[in-house]
Amino acid sequence: MLLEVAGLRKSFGSIVVADDLDLTIAASEAVGIIGPNGAGKTTLFNLIAGGLSPSAGHIRFDGSDLAGLPPQGRCRAGIGRTYQIPQPFENLTVFENLLVGAVHGRRKTETEAVQACGEILDQLGLLKCANALAGSLTLLERKRLEMARALATAPKLVLLDEIAGGLTDGECAELVATIGDIRKTGVAILWIEHVVHALFAVIDRLVVLNFGRKIAEGAPKEVMQRPDVHQIYIGIEA
Amino acid sequence: MTGFLDAIIQGILLGGLYALFATGLSLMFGVMRLVNLAHGDLIVLAAFAIFVVAERLGLDPFVAVLLAAPILFAIGFALQHVLLNRALGRDLLPPLLVTFGLSIIIQNGLLQMFSADSRRLRSGAIETASISLGGDIAVGVVPLLTLASAIAVIVLLNIIFYRTAIGRAFRATSDDLDVAQLMGIDVNRTFAIAMGIAFVVIAIAALYLGLRANFDPTIGPARLLYAFEAVIIGGLGSFWGTLAGGIVLGLAQTIGARIDPEWQILSGHLAFLVVLAIRPRGLFPRAVD
Repeated sequence: MLLEVAGLRKSFGSIVVADDLDLTIAASEAVGIIGPNGAGKTTLFNLIAGGLSPSAGHIRFDGSDLAGLPPQGRCRAGIGRTYQIPQPFENLTVFENLLVGAVHGRRKTETEAVQACGEILDQLGLLKCANALAGSLTLLERKRLEMARALATAPKLVLLDEIAGGLTDGECAELVATIGDIRKTGVAILWIEHVVHALFAVIDRLVVLNFGRKIAEGAPKEVMQRPDVHQIYIGIEA
Repeated sequence: MTGFLDAIIQGILLGGLYALFATGLSLMFGVMRLVNLAHGDLIVLAAFAIFVVAERLGLDPFVAVLLAAPILFAIGFALQHVLLNRALGRDLLPPLLVTFGLSIIIQNGLLQMFSADSRRLRSGAIETASISLGGDIAVGVVPLLTLASAIAVIVLLNIIFYRTAIGRAFRATSDDLDVAQLMGIDVNRTFAIAMGIAFVVIAIAALYLGLRANFDPTIGPARLLYAFEAVIIGGLGSFWGTLAGGIVLGLAQTIGARIDPEWQILSGHLAFLVVLAIRPRGLFPRAVD
């Protein structure tokens, strides 16, 4: 298993945001996570990427325990993540944004990094704005940059946080196609998304979280048909 | 008229010294958002370090600074890694308190070791050499070197910041600390390197401080004030702005002194006040936040 989360628990005072979570992802697998707001989805990402430390439980990645490893160490181990609200380095160019990840996150030399980042920009359709300041990009471009930057660290697993949100249907379809391409390169994907049809176009398996607990897991279509999942998602697109 | 022109030329040259004082401060603030209240005292400390190396080894201060620079880089690196990184965080107060404490420690430590006697760096004939510009105007070689060094330091820093991987890390970290870590940047180490570089700039500033005038352990805070004013006048986040800020300050002081010698310091502060009133973000602000 590439990622093994076992008995993971996180609470802020009396509020439990991750409650005895178990989750595994195999290499090259794509797993989706859905759940209402406040279900603990982003917290789970923060626990995996190292922004937060768990109250209990452990996370193993690629055979080693991540406990105590700072975010930069987890990046170098092969975990890339994107934010729901894109957070590019606004005063750096798009290309420089990627170089940071390639040089510091992947320990590439400058020449290797330039080569690799050029290819990633091309793959994500960002070559035309390579030298623009990241702060000047549109939302779709920012979302693409967010993903490109995660890929620049040559991850084995990318954590995508609501990357399809806020896009038009056309933009969303393009983005889904790109994520599909990334999948084909063998990168494992863990994807939080409210836009369920986008998610279903890519993932192999679906996990449903509610109040920090995993309430369902399995083949996407089957999971969505379970009454308890359906109940949570009444009123939400499915 | 000649007197006025002279004041302008001397003011620009003095601005070079203030720019050197300010560049280290600008770098620290730009990369780690650190307001270093010990900056002036660190410059004085470096001046004493150059003084000791020069005296003990019988070297010219220009050579001594080359020897002292790597040592100061190491001290800066260690200071940031061991002490200041622990103080930095969401709360602005701890780094202020720590650097204020550092300022007191340095002043008293220097007093203990070197007494309150004033010293200066000796570099032979170059100290008093000057170049005549025709008319009654002449410029000192040391002030000229000061300005040239300030420009060279800023050019080099811009190359580091905009052309190298570590410079990219500086800018990325300054932009978003959390995301920088997520991209594999070791923030503590990045900050420590930035502080090391700032200390080398401090060493260069100290060299010209010591060549231009006498120094003693208590003059640090006034240098800090000039450095702050230069950074703020120039606008945060731009080294060229810092140079411009230094020059504005130097000009205001020499022109003020030309009008009445008692007005020198005051007119510098007045210029600062005027810039703050008209352009609160400085002349050439770059950082968006």
